[in-house]
Amino acid sequence: MGGISLNYLLRRLLVFFLTLWVAATLIFIIPRLAPGDPIAAMVARLSYQAGFVENADLIIEGWKERFGLNDPVYVQYLRFMTGLLGGDLGYSMARFPSTVTELVGRALPWTIGLVGFSTFIFFVVGNLCGALLAWARTPRLVKVLIPMSMIFTSIPPLLAGLLLSYTFAFLLGWFPQTYSYGFGLTPGLTLEFIASVIHHGILPAMAIVIVTFGYWALGMRGMMVTIEGEDYMILAQAKGLKPFYVLYRYMIRNAILPQMTALAVSIGTLVNGVVLVEVIFNYNGMGTLIVTALREQDFGLIQGTSFILIVTSALAVLIIDLSYPLIDPRISLEGR
Amino acid sequence: MAEDTKVKDAPVAGGTKKAGFLNRFDNPWLNWKFLGGAGILGLLFFIIFLGYQFWDTDLALSARAPLNLPPLGFENWRGQTGVPEHPLGTENSGRDMLALWIVGTPRTVFVGVIAATVGMLAGIVLGFMAGFLGGLFDDVIRLAVDIAITIPSLLVLIVIQAVLGRVDLLTMALLISLFSWATPTRYIRAQVLSMRESGYVQMARLSGVPVRDIMFKEIMPNLLPYLSASYIGNMQGAIISAVGLEVLGFGPQRIPSLGVAIFFSIEAGALFRNMWWWWGIPTVTLSIVFIALLLINLGLDEIANPRLRKAN
Repeated sequence: MGGISLNYLLRRLLVFFLTLWVAATLIFIIPRLAPGDPIAAMVARLSYQAGFVENADLIIEGWKERFGLNDPVYVQYLRFMTGLLGGDLGYSMARFPSTVTELVGRALPWTIGLVGFSTFIFFVVGNLCGALLAWARTPRLVKVLIPMSMIFTSIPPLLAGLLLSYTFAFLLGWFPQTYSYGFGLTPGLTLEFIASVIHHGILPAMAIVIVTFGYWALGMRGMMVTIEGEDYMILAQAKGLKPFYVLYRYMIRNAILPQMTALAVSIGTLVNGVVLVEVIFNYNGMGTLIVTALREQDFGLIQGTSFILIVTSALAVLIIDLSYPLIDPRISLEGR
Repeated sequence: MAEDTKVKDAPVAGGTKKAGFLNRFDNPWLNWKFLGGAGILGLLFFIIFLGYQFWDTDLALSARAPLNLPPLGFENWRGQTGVPEHPLGTENSGRDMLALWIVGTPRTVFVGVIAATVGMLAGIVLGFMAGFLGGLFDDVIRLAVDIAITIPSLLVLIVIQAVLGRVDLLTMALLISLFSWATPTRYIRAQVLSMRESGYVQMARLSGVPVRDIMFKEIMPNLLPYLSASYIGNMQGAIISAVGLEVLGFGPQRIPSLGVAIFFSIEAGALFRNMWWWWGIPTVTLSIVFIALLLINLGLDEIANPRLRKAN
């Protein structure tokens, strides 16, 4: 009663670890499938930028030896995988002394914060709007206003980010255009810093919320329509329960579980969107880190950042999947 | 059931009247969302078609026009005003925005169509087989779908493109399609599972109809509205991925698509230079495309799910 069955738990864990394995393998294989030799390509880029590179052959050989590219592929693969297990993502090529783990560790909290904050808002607002849309007692005006506010639904967050940045940062100047906190502030638990972080975070978060909450509203509405036809709804009304009580305890509580399932499925898409929104706002999270790495052709950093973001998404999905029994006490997850 | 409908229909009678007017022949395909979305897309492509006829699309190449001109009736930061030769303005490498719009819009939609179609076909085959055949096959596909949905596709695409460099649109579409099969597969599998137990399928089975015929001649036609909704959703996803990759700088550079135009504008700091037409025209156009696709999708949802029709 109320617990997670062992079978379900094992399956979710299997999916989680398989996801990590597939992602790691893809990230290992992709550069090796490409024609040409990454080190030679890098030296070629260097000589293109600098005009000339002394002893290019020696450099190539040295790097190959250093990265073990002369070993058979399976040895490289095993080394790569054991490195990942130990949290070793290698060095950033463009900012050499820094390791990838270091750079990612600095950027990841910002992205998690941004995703978490906007997810909380669009999930609550979206489900509430959907519930109000389907509820018979909602005022007419609200039922007209909610669909109108959903006009941005389905637009990529990136485009919403551009529009918001131009309107509220450039034209009106209400919010800063770039970065995640004001210049000259030292990160810390001061009131000034926290206020600055919130001030900088509102636009990027809104870019995600305004394009996403409509989907949740629509999903919720669909669910509510089904629930309104159930017998227990008629019983609740016949008992003369207070309308708000019926709305919350009978309708929303019953409709929220499929919404959580949908949330788990949409995490991947959400992360895609956040990466691009960060680029628009130059927010110093993982998205901006990837773009910087792309610009600097820092392949190790691109791989590391992508992998850690995939791990984070998979972890988020796992947490949501395992939290069902907390949300819906009826769930025993037997035989799923 | 009839009484439930009465209870919930009563307060929204105004809504049903309007729907009733449009649905005069009770044809679910005649709902305003579906027609509206399709109409917007149709109009957009008609204008683009006219553009190809009456506007010189070579102006979309660089250095064909004066730099940084604003649209007609506006003034840029240098005090230049728009000229009729370039009604939507120009950007900083001398491309005419109108020509860029005419050329770029279909290119962006093209990527979405190709990627969505390939992903959808794979999704139909895998979804039907998983849902209908079941067993080990189902387990493997379900696992693959769970994994593919968890991984944010953009990140893997970034790694691929970082290796390949800039690619042409067809290659980009095919790369995106590597990740656009999972959602349709999941969706179709669920629908097939629920249909597999229905009476007419059981009947066909008992009559000895071959499995392939049951799948594609019995179940498939009933799934059509679901399939089209899923296809449109897939297209949205594919265009979002394509625009994302283009904005990161992976698109074709000589003849840009809309996403590439946004990439150029961001690189050149158009947001800070108040060159709103440069990123704004592609952004608004893409937004219109997405809103139209969403309307079509909602319309198809209502076609597939009569309960939603009633709720309006």
